Amino acid sequence: MTTATQNDGRPARNQIQFGVFFHGVNFSTIWHWPESGDQLAFESFRRVAQTAERGVFAAFFLGEGLRLREHLGRLHHLDVVGRPDAQTQDAALAAVTSRIGLVATQSTTYNDPADLAYRLASLNRLSGGRNAWNIVTTHNAWTGENFRRGGYVSEEERYRHADAFVTAVKEIWRAGDPAAADRLPLRYRDDFYDLEVRRTLPLGPAGRPVLFQAGDSTEGRDFAAKHADLIFSAHPAYADATEFAQDIARRAKAAGRPEGAVRPFPGSTFVIGDTDAEAQEKWREVQLAQITPQTALAYLEQIWGAPLDAYDPEGPLPDIDPVVQITDVTRGSWGQNYQAKQIADEWRELARDRGWSIREFVIHQAARGNDTNGFVGSVQTIADSLERYADAGIVAGFNISPYLTPTGLDDIVNRLVPELQHRGIYPERYVGTTLREHLGLAPEL
Amino acid sequence: MSRPFTVGIHIDGPGSHPAALGDVGGGAERVLGPDRVRETIARVEAAGFSYATFAGSHLPPQTSPELPARLDPVQQAAFAGPLSSRIGLIPEIPVSYVEPFHTATQLASIDYASVGRAGWLVSAENSPEAARQFGREALDDEVLAAELADAVAVVRRLWDSWEADAVIRELSTGRYIDREKLHYIDFVGRTFSVKGPSITPRPPQGQLPVIVPVAHAAGVDADAVIVSAGTGLAERVAAARELGVAIVIVDLEVVLDSRGERAADRLARLDADRPWPGAAAERFLGTAAELTGLIGELAETVDGVRILPASLDRDLDELRFAVLPALTAAGVHEPPRPGTSLRQALGLPAAENIYAAFGRN
Repeated sequence: MTTATQNDGRPARNQIQFGVFFHGVNFSTIWHWPESGDQLAFESFRRVAQTAERGVFAAFFLGEGLRLREHLGRLHHLDVVGRPDAQTQDAALAAVTSRIGLVATQSTTYNDPADLAYRLASLNRLSGGRNAWNIVTTHNAWTGENFRRGGYVSEEERYRHADAFVTAVKEIWRAGDPAAADRLPLRYRDDFYDLEVRRTLPLGPAGRPVLFQAGDSTEGRDFAAKHADLIFSAHPAYADATEFAQDIARRAKAAGRPEGAVRPFPGSTFVIGDTDAEAQEKWREVQLAQITPQTALAYLEQIWGAPLDAYDPEGPLPDIDPVVQITDVTRGSWGQNYQAKQIADEWRELARDRGWSIREFVIHQAARGNDTNGFVGSVQTIADSLERYADAGIVAGFNISPYLTPTGLDDIVNRLVPELQHRGIYPERYVGTTLREHLGLAPEL
Repeated sequence: MSRPFTVGIHIDGPGSHPAALGDVGGGAERVLGPDRVRETIARVEAAGFSYATFAGSHLPPQTSPELPARLDPVQQAAFAGPLSSRIGLIPEIPVSYVEPFHTATQLASIDYASVGRAGWLVSAENSPEAARQFGREALDDEVLAAELADAVAVVRRLWDSWEADAVIRELSTGRYIDREKLHYIDFVGRTFSVKGPSITPRPPQGQLPVIVPVAHAAGVDADAVIVSAGTGLAERVAAARELGVAIVIVDLEVVLDSRGERAADRLARLDADRPWPGAAAERFLGTAAELTGLIGELAETVDGVRILPASLDRDLDELRFAVLPALTAAGVHEPPRPGTSLRQALGLPAAENIYAAFGRN
């Protein structure tokens, strides 16, 4: 057997980490199979978090919801919907786990810096240095309808505002250091905020919560390069991931960060079978379950801007043109502000060339190359693929969206993780107790 | 059925006396860590309390200047959820400056994590210092009153915004939810508006019990009010009942004889370190047996008592091993059983849903 560690206990090979993204996004969670559990019961969250911890996962991710998604002007009813408040749920999970990192997605727009800094610091202590903040920068007025200030941040100011917010939070954390107690009350002023902060907690020995960021625009990448430790990216495919890693490294350097200070952590889905062929069959079943006929039509309706229920999901794409020029924001993280007619034309051409029905088209569209990444296959096939990523060092790890709750990680933890450990590209055990230690990040205030 | 008499406890770090930290081995570092929260919840649940309230404030605790802040009460209650099975978990959350939408989902999430044992102690905290942390000004009395009424109303609406049977998982139509059972609340208050629905489905209890200090309860849709103990209690209770609120709870600051040291001596020792602000006449000083007697008398006029121990590390043992067993033996108080919701523990009926009850919006 090969030995996975050198004499000093450090891994001989570059390793990757895993995270789990509970619920994923859109239609990724299958809700109608016999194994599909309760999507909101605390037991489901406990089961996933504890399974992930058994598999030495670095982190458990929770998204944030600030307004329920809509479709054609009504509540979207086809996908799993409804979630707990992220930090509150992380606090409950901190009680029943001891090592795994707990990541809460939190908006810079619909929170207040002093309040969020305090709550993140509190969770930092309560979790023993295991928490992280996945920074998002909502800016639309539609979401703002649930909050006191409404849609007060314009799209142009989105990242300038977020920069001010995160800078304020970091400043407040630093003022919580007992050695800096004479700085309180802390006066903080910039273009957006004028605060006097008295309540702040000292952080644990590992320093501030780990910061994730998920924006993918040029501005989003620069923001991440400046502030984040990890980027929850949408670039899992090898070539794409390589390019993304180089781009981020360049931006981080320009922002004055040391090499390796900001690392990609792409979202991904793994489908394991006894053989590659069996895994592909399973993947097909998963996709058919995710993209129900209704979901396939709704996917197009998002671009067309009108009901398409007169069209057969097993037939060709609609020949009518979209009724909207620009797609709207109410479906949440996907499909905002697209040029509708242009996309419709591209899609129709692609589907015609390939002979795809509506549902078949959406299945291929939604897969986004997942099946060609080597993430669908036998344990050996997936491990071979992941070995390439580990050796190239282009990602810190993968944030896995299981397609089932709460059993979706079982195969990954029982079958894939041991193989990766055997190959020396995945941690055998937790090296420390804090998320910073799991991710190899130095303590930082 | 007569209303059950409840006994709750207030958890404020080391205790409610400003010098209580001195009783904690490990000091501030321990009070601000998970082991202490874990241990405290185990002890108060074993004691048989109906519920624990967790102190919260925008500002550092007045009670313990050595503590820069408390752990977030929402997080403490959530953390305690999976670690307990009987006791109610009630964070103190101010309405001023924070987002009611977040408050609604935070509380609902605690209710899920504790499977129906969460409640809300509404705080009317409002000061220039607190407001400045949000870049805002303190509210005048009238606006604060409106804010309290509106915040409680909107949080309740958000809890109702999903009917209990909204998740249908109907494969034939591809629908995960029946959106007819979700509701835009379109709440327009005096200083804010909220569209809804909540992002968190209806909590297990439907509506969490909402507890409000009596001074701020007028016009607020509360399930329970808290009055202070001491002289004039009967008048205060009568005034509280006038508000039409179901439950009246009396707050009782307590110092007990402990470990061979008389309560008065303990208090003198603590006060020498740092005096306890507030009215000494409203406090109980004495033995466990005397406190048991006093609570038995209070049970004649109020629906519950919330104990604010001067020092958790000293008073909790007396409460756990002497006072609560005696109250149970006397038939005054019954510890909640596993699986009891906080609503049940407080004797509140099953919650209705305004949307389900009055048809579709």
